[in-house]
Amino acid sequence: MSWFNRSSRWIERNLKWVFTAPALLFILLMMAFPILYTGWISLTEWSMSAVEPATFIGLQNYVNLLAHDHRFWLSVWRTFEFTGLALLGETVLGLLLAVMLNRDFPGKNLLKTLFLLPMVATPVAIGMVWLLMYEPTIGFMNHLLKVLHIPPQPWLASEAGALPSLVLVDIWQWTPMMALILLAGLVSMSSDPFEAAEVDGATLWQVFWHVTLPMLRPTIGIAVILRSIDALKTFDIIYAMTQGGPNYATETLNLYGYNLGFGYFQMGAASSLLMIFFAIVLGIVIFLNWARRGVLS
Amino acid sequence: MNARRRVRPLWNLLYFGLLAFFFVLFMFPFVWMLLSSFKTQVQIMHMPPDWIFTPTFKNYTDVLEGQDFIWYIINSFTIAAGSTLAGLVLGLPAAYGIARAKMHSLGFTILVARIVPGITFLIPWFMLFSRMGMVDTLPAVILSHMLVTMPFIVWVMIPFFEGIPGDLIEAARVDGCTEQYAFVRIVLPISGPGIITGSILAFVFSWNNFMFSAILTGVHTKTLPVAIMTFLSYSEVNWGGLMAAAVLITVPVLILAMATQKYIVRGLTAGAVKG
Repeated sequence: MSWFNRSSRWIERNLKWVFTAPALLFILLMMAFPILYTGWISLTEWSMSAVEPATFIGLQNYVNLLAHDHRFWLSVWRTFEFTGLALLGETVLGLLLAVMLNRDFPGKNLLKTLFLLPMVATPVAIGMVWLLMYEPTIGFMNHLLKVLHIPPQPWLASEAGALPSLVLVDIWQWTPMMALILLAGLVSMSSDPFEAAEVDGATLWQVFWHVTLPMLRPTIGIAVILRSIDALKTFDIIYAMTQGGPNYATETLNLYGYNLGFGYFQMGAASSLLMIFFAIVLGIVIFLNWARRGVLS
Repeated sequence: MNARRRVRPLWNLLYFGLLAFFFVLFMFPFVWMLLSSFKTQVQIMHMPPDWIFTPTFKNYTDVLEGQDFIWYIINSFTIAAGSTLAGLVLGLPAAYGIARAKMHSLGFTILVARIVPGITFLIPWFMLFSRMGMVDTLPAVILSHMLVTMPFIVWVMIPFFEGIPGDLIEAARVDGCTEQYAFVRIVLPISGPGIITGSILAFVFSWNNFMFSAILTGVHTKTLPVAIMTFLSYSEVNWGGLMAAAVLITVPVLILAMATQKYIVRGLTAGAVKG
């Protein structure tokens, strides 16, 4: 048997490992190793200095964050506030839009295509557009309020208004995706229960509440989980529009982690924050998944 | 039934009215971006806004002539194309291996990439790259963008490869074809549509990426999303120029998205990795 034959036999016997080896190596080097390394850095105090090495300080970074850092807890709260408000808006509006799109009309496909644009457009560039629209004196939003006889708002310029303003941008970006996922769920439903409800003379609202919604629950669950993962980690829009300000009013965990690491170069503290952040995201995914199953059974 | 028929036109009006409202809502920021990009600073400042005005192209010529903007376009394109290509080279065989051998646990580890906050990867890589003097080089930036493109391509391609009938590959094997030969000659050619849409979306994610580029790029490798932020550092924002830059960054992405619209939702829900 020639060398070529033998080697291709070997490849074939270990096929799945040969095919996956390069990607696996990449995952180990670029993903697994950095996570472990960040875990190690989180146990040290280090400020990226070449002269002074990292010193091992145990769990001190975690204690500092959890017990002494007011800014950390505020950022945890803001992360939840941002995610909760955004998901609420996106689920309600997305549901409405999905039900509306679950019907044929001329131009429906074009409309669905156009609805994709907010979620694929470069977030930083979109952030700039919203920055102009939110501008208190020359922005379109305050012009709109004036037309509606509502007093002008400071939007991003005020501590109270900045986070809700960012939530609005997130809702604009991601409601269409929510709607399109839910629409896919609606389309795949059997029409029998709807026909039965119609025969029984149910009103539109009754059909929606007692037939559509219960049947759509698994799809809603998955959509909410997927959106939560991304919403918790929202970075681009916030960084582009407020950099966490004014006065830290929009500093979520991701922003605080970035500032700690690449603003103040406190790599140890930043790493411990990221470990906690990762645990929070993972915990929420597991919780939502558990809740979703609970609802189903 | 009669009562119902009478209600219908009103109901339709409400339905299409609401639909039109949603349409305006989701399209408006794009319209505003486009309009403002053709206005002078004075016209932008003018309230109530002018809807009809003489357009100026000065914002575009200013942006494209000054500030090395052409270089940022080239950088963004090189990095997006490079990380997509490298993502395909690693991701396609991996997805095929996972699909054929049903290695779902491996598929799951790739999903973890979606859950981990992006900065977690960045701290070690920033340290390493700065020690090796690789910050602000194309290989470093492309490697970091592969964290986005590779898992995404794997995740999109697994169901695609699983959909290929096993008989097709078995037939080729009976004819004496090796597994790797079958992959290159049979599987890849019939997976064209999946590979193309996966690549386009991976390209878009890399093009849009801000966080990795913000940290790992510098004067030589600055990408468009990082470059546009520098507009804000002036005391008075040049809104027209900023909007022209925003149009130049987003238009390519919007065109690509419209071309692949059918697959986008599937792709976004599959393995999109965000910061």
